[in-house]
Amino acid sequence: MAIFDKFEQLAEERRRLLEGGVSVDPLDTVMGRVLSPTEAIVEGRRTILAGTNNYLGLTFDPDCVEAAAEAARWEGTGTTGSRMANGTYSSHAALEQELADFFGRKTAIVFSTGYQANLGILSSLIGPDDTILLDADCHASIYDGVRLSGAETFRFRHNRVEDLERRLRRLRDRSGEVVVLVEGIYSMLGDRAPLAEIAEVTKAHGAYLIVDEAHSLGVLGETGRGRAEEAGVEAAVDFVIGTFSKSLGAIGGYCVSDYPELDLLRYTSRPYIFTASPSPSIIASTREALRILQERPELRVRLWENAERLYRHLEGLGFRLGPEVSPVVAPRLPRAEDALALWQGLLEAGVYVNLVLPPATPDDSSLLRCSVSAGHTPEQMEAICTAFSELRDLAHGA
Amino acid sequence: MAGYEEIVAEIRDGLAPFAKEGQTVHEGTRLVEDLGLDSLKVMDLLLEVEDRIDLSIPLNILADVQTVGDLAQELEKLTQEQ
Repeated sequence: MAIFDKFEQLAEERRRLLEGGVSVDPLDTVMGRVLSPTEAIVEGRRTILAGTNNYLGLTFDPDCVEAAAEAARWEGTGTTGSRMANGTYSSHAALEQELADFFGRKTAIVFSTGYQANLGILSSLIGPDDTILLDADCHASIYDGVRLSGAETFRFRHNRVEDLERRLRRLRDRSGEVVVLVEGIYSMLGDRAPLAEIAEVTKAHGAYLIVDEAHSLGVLGETGRGRAEEAGVEAAVDFVIGTFSKSLGAIGGYCVSDYPELDLLRYTSRPYIFTASPSPSIIASTREALRILQERPELRVRLWENAERLYRHLEGLGFRLGPEVSPVVAPRLPRAEDALALWQGLLEAGVYVNLVLPPATPDDSSLLRCSVSAGHTPEQMEAICTAFSELRDLAHGA
Repeated sequence: MAGYEEIVAEIRDGLAPFAKEGQTVHEGTRLVEDLGLDSLKVMDLLLEVEDRIDLSIPLNILADVQTVGDLAQELEKLTQEQ
């Protein structure tokens, strides 16, 4: 059909990718049955999951599962309504209070997904007369949110503070507010924002600072509040945005701030208003996971031990990785064919990782993006490392 | 302040690495269809040009840009405004 003609190049690229004889479509892998936070049956084979963003391994935590089941029994399977209508339950309000308390902030708003949290906050908080500066490697949800805001948007080179400062200087005579957008940990290579320096130049220019802590909640900081806590600059961060779908093992998003006016967005943010609120079971397991995140710091310790182990092993094998140890460990391969062959080999060896192809990657390379979990046992980490060692030769140019 | 010709030259320089062998980049060259740039590369091109001609170039202009000439016109407008 003619309406699909615009996808012809995409279809051709997919055909070419799959021609190589892969048995499983890497971009459409089906988890046959998930057995635990770190294991599933994929293609009939017991497979270690090393690409799930399940950083604390809480998806099967008995307390989280029981809380979700109990909430479904008591409050039903879904809210069938917007937060603005019938979709605000006492549990939504309780989670918002618990998030505000955890972050030490005055206000919190919960969204139905992390994507919608970015869309909902950025499109509504920022107006067409304001100006946005965002790190070039920001997530698609941030790009989409700023586009909906109508504000003029400028990128700065990834993690380059002098690049941000040069642009802030160029834009200093603008009317309207200037907003700087960065992430705590970047999802593709796992590198952290130089947040202390970014906060300093942002504040020196009188701009607002928004940090997406999607990959850093529960991962960084003394109490797991993320990169801002770790860098000691929480007071300089005006808005923290995040998700429940990584360390908290569910789905949903949030924004916390010290501005009580944040609550006004409940009446202006279309991605908040025109969608159903999160199901009671989701809210219940998220509340439980947030409690566990605070009560069991040893999970963070285990996560970082696993991160260190995989990073050092792959570094030793000569893979080009992100610039620092992180729970996201992503070998970069110049040739997509090699990445695909290695991905397939790993899957056959019982290890699932994420295959990420350009333009979703920061440069022209392809990524075999691994994310480790506190739930990975030493034996599972050993198996992942061994699989990479045995298949190393498939990645000729990496 | 950069004039139209200077802007076109900067864009052509920035695009040179993407041109196929024997392909010349001119005002009518389409960024996506002819040069095969994806959305990320087009945004990276803006970053380069921004610093080369010391101009703030919002991503918002890309909605109206298909060719090198379109881009040059948008940038010329911006130089006049700034």
